[in-house]
Amino acid sequence: MPPENKSTLGRRLLFLLPVAAFVALAVTFALGLGHDPTMLKSAMIDKPAPAFALEPVMADKPGLARADLGGKPMLVNFFASWCAPCRVEHATLNGIAASGIPLVGIAYKDKLENAQRFLGDLGDPYQKIGLDLDGRTAIDFGVYGVPETYILDREGRIRFRYAGSLSDEVLKTEILPRLAALERP
Amino acid sequence: MIAELGHFALILALLIAIVQSILPMVGAQRGARPMMDVAAPAALLQFGAVALAFAALTHGYVTSDFSLKNVAENSHSLKPLLYKITGVWGNHEGSMLLWALILTLYGAAVAAFGRNLPPALKARVLSVHGMIGVGFLAFILFTSNPFLRMLPVPPDGQGLNPILQDPGLAFHPPFLYLGYVGFSMAFSFAVAALIEGRVDPAWARWVRPWTLVAWCALTLGICLGSWWAYYELGWGGWWAWDPVENASFMPWLSGTALLHSAIVVEKRDTLKGWTIFLALVTFSLSLLGTFLVRSGVLSSVHAFAVDPARGAFILVLLVVAIGGSLVLFALKAPNLRATGNFAPISRESALVLNNLLLATAALTVFLGTLYPLFLDVIGGDKVSVGSPYYNATFVPLMVPLVLVMAAGPLMTWKRADLASVLMRLRLAFGAALAVALVMVIVTRGHEALAPLGIGLAAWLLFGTLKELAERIRLFQAPWEVVRNRLTHTTRAAWGMSVAHAGLAVTIAGITVASGWQQEAIQTLKPGESVTLAGDLYRFDRVEPRPGPNYSAEQATVTLSHDGRTFATLHPSRLTYPLQRMTTTDVAIHTDGFSDRYVVLGDPQPDGGWIFRIYYNPLVPWVWFGALIMVLGGVLSLSDRRLRIGAPVKRLKRAEAELAA
Repeated sequence: MPPENKSTLGRRLLFLLPVAAFVALAVTFALGLGHDPTMLKSAMIDKPAPAFALEPVMADKPGLARADLGGKPMLVNFFASWCAPCRVEHATLNGIAASGIPLVGIAYKDKLENAQRFLGDLGDPYQKIGLDLDGRTAIDFGVYGVPETYILDREGRIRFRYAGSLSDEVLKTEILPRLAALERP
Repeated sequence: MIAELGHFALILALLIAIVQSILPMVGAQRGARPMMDVAAPAALLQFGAVALAFAALTHGYVTSDFSLKNVAENSHSLKPLLYKITGVWGNHEGSMLLWALILTLYGAAVAAFGRNLPPALKARVLSVHGMIGVGFLAFILFTSNPFLRMLPVPPDGQGLNPILQDPGLAFHPPFLYLGYVGFSMAFSFAVAALIEGRVDPAWARWVRPWTLVAWCALTLGICLGSWWAYYELGWGGWWAWDPVENASFMPWLSGTALLHSAIVVEKRDTLKGWTIFLALVTFSLSLLGTFLVRSGVLSSVHAFAVDPARGAFILVLLVVAIGGSLVLFALKAPNLRATGNFAPISRESALVLNNLLLATAALTVFLGTLYPLFLDVIGGDKVSVGSPYYNATFVPLMVPLVLVMAAGPLMTWKRADLASVLMRLRLAFGAALAVALVMVIVTRGHEALAPLGIGLAAWLLFGTLKELAERIRLFQAPWEVVRNRLTHTTRAAWGMSVAHAGLAVTIAGITVASGWQQEAIQTLKPGESVTLAGDLYRFDRVEPRPGPNYSAEQATVTLSHDGRTFATLHPSRLTYPLQRMTTTDVAIHTDGFSDRYVVLGDPQPDGGWIFRIYYNPLVPWVWFGALIMVLGGVLSLSDRRLRIGAPVKRLKRAEAELAA
């Protein structure tokens, strides 16, 4: 091994390498910090939901396709079994299902058996569930990261996007008033 | 009133930390002894003040003082006392306070036990440690104060996440933090050494006990965390390469590298810059880990921005601590001079290779953990990096690491004879090969990883035993000599053998458990049974079981083998009405070699219940091995040389005696 006894310029630069790497990291964090996904207005707002047709997740429930959306205002929820905040919001979703609000789910980049297990453990609040294995449909919807919930009107247009974990509070202040407004003829 | 006392104590601690970070450093630069001597009492006082604050918050939790916002949001009057106490650190603010408590505990320990440290080094170390304290205490006071009151006072609390109401998780953070934060000591020593511009064997010896304590605690913490995930989450696995797990694993990898490279500094007075770098990196990874997990930036892109002030504060803290220390490193480290040279084949080189592999492994995990974030920031696709990535990158790094690990201890310092080392290992190699062949036969050649993993574990175990046998000259010298050598083997040497053997046990556990797990998911009605891995699982009944803050359904499952009943298990489902949350209580029967793991799922309309049953062979060894590694660390920690003074001091005393 070379002894550490040469104090050349190259050697000094070598010791600067960690600093450079850290600066890059810090810049990334700073950008990540200024990046508030809940503030981003989705480019898809007021546009019709994209076309898709997804395989079913649960054996006893149909898959989900573009044709299933519309007719009445409804919620589309993107979730994944590997996503901890999805676990957190699940109680709220179960509550939504119990109150009779139409809710469909899309499992984002999830393994079939994991998604089944997730819903088996926590309960299945969805009327229909599609498996978005490659995340294509999520990209078309403009999903930033799971969980996200979209409000669609009766024409199947995206009217509102909520990024992040739903809670009863969010449901009361953000979701229910908008749904009620869409329900009105 | 008590909460206000706690708040006040925390402010006091911040002020003390400011004094502790300035006065001793100035004193050390000027050679002013009275200013340096401020360090030790300041560190002790700072610990006292934070302990008072922590006690005050604990009091708030135990007495269910819901006028405290933090208590109201995270506790509930019906919660069992144990979880009221552990609930103190089951939330962001409280866990940061626990962090600060452990940080100041380490500072106080150095102040109290570091009597043989040179005064200037001790002053600088405690001063740097004080700076870390300033950062954390300011963070708590300005962005995460647990002592805020709320009006009106709610009638009851909002409870703690039921998943967190578990002994494994309750005691997981303290150990994890003892590890994370313990590396702050190595960090402070490294920064102090850079300021002094001197790194020598004595320095390495002084840092060693603190690094070892931190390493042992972190190993235990990771072990507890993985065990918790295993029996609480109910998916039968014990490691998922989850960002939260990775955050604790990265400092463990670099901390392990640090432990080994510090040996080279101590014994051979070389690898100084690298060792300092590892000390800085290990604590930096601990900081990153704490914050990334705490801020939620990794588990979800949504959480980081929840409180921008908090996020910005964290970032500034990271930039000052990590950026500052790395700049200092870039300025001062090139001047560190090594005295010891070594040949490409030597104990030093083996340890360098160990370090390179461990550092690469840490980098691999780092990239895998942060890649989604990087991609996210540059506006790319949202991805999650899963176990396939880690299996493809991590395993190939571990194979050469284990190969070298068995041979390294047999090499001599400075220059070793590779041919002779390999010759001495021929028996170990033969035995490992035989074990691997047996595995090939057992798996009928279908599995490649299993023979490899088990063969490596055997190679490591036999190599370690061979080294031990040589050291005590077993079968080579008369029994008296062997006994004499046995009793004179240092605790540090025992520590190494035990820790290496522990890793062999863990590798065996990981290999078998991941290769031979069997799983059955089935709907059973009472009286029905299912067979898995030769065992019969009979579902007898389900009964309601009331709890303090939940209601539960408990099943009774009888396990039998060849008609002989050997265990009765009670998996259950717990419903927490307050959180409208259901969790599962896994039932596990273990015999030390394999686990039978039963999870109760949803009830079905036809009166049946879904059961998930796993047969997990050798999975307990994963944790046994980790515990053995910790035992090795503790043995090494108890080594005589770490308790008595530093070699330089003794040398000087000898010189003084000669002169007199």
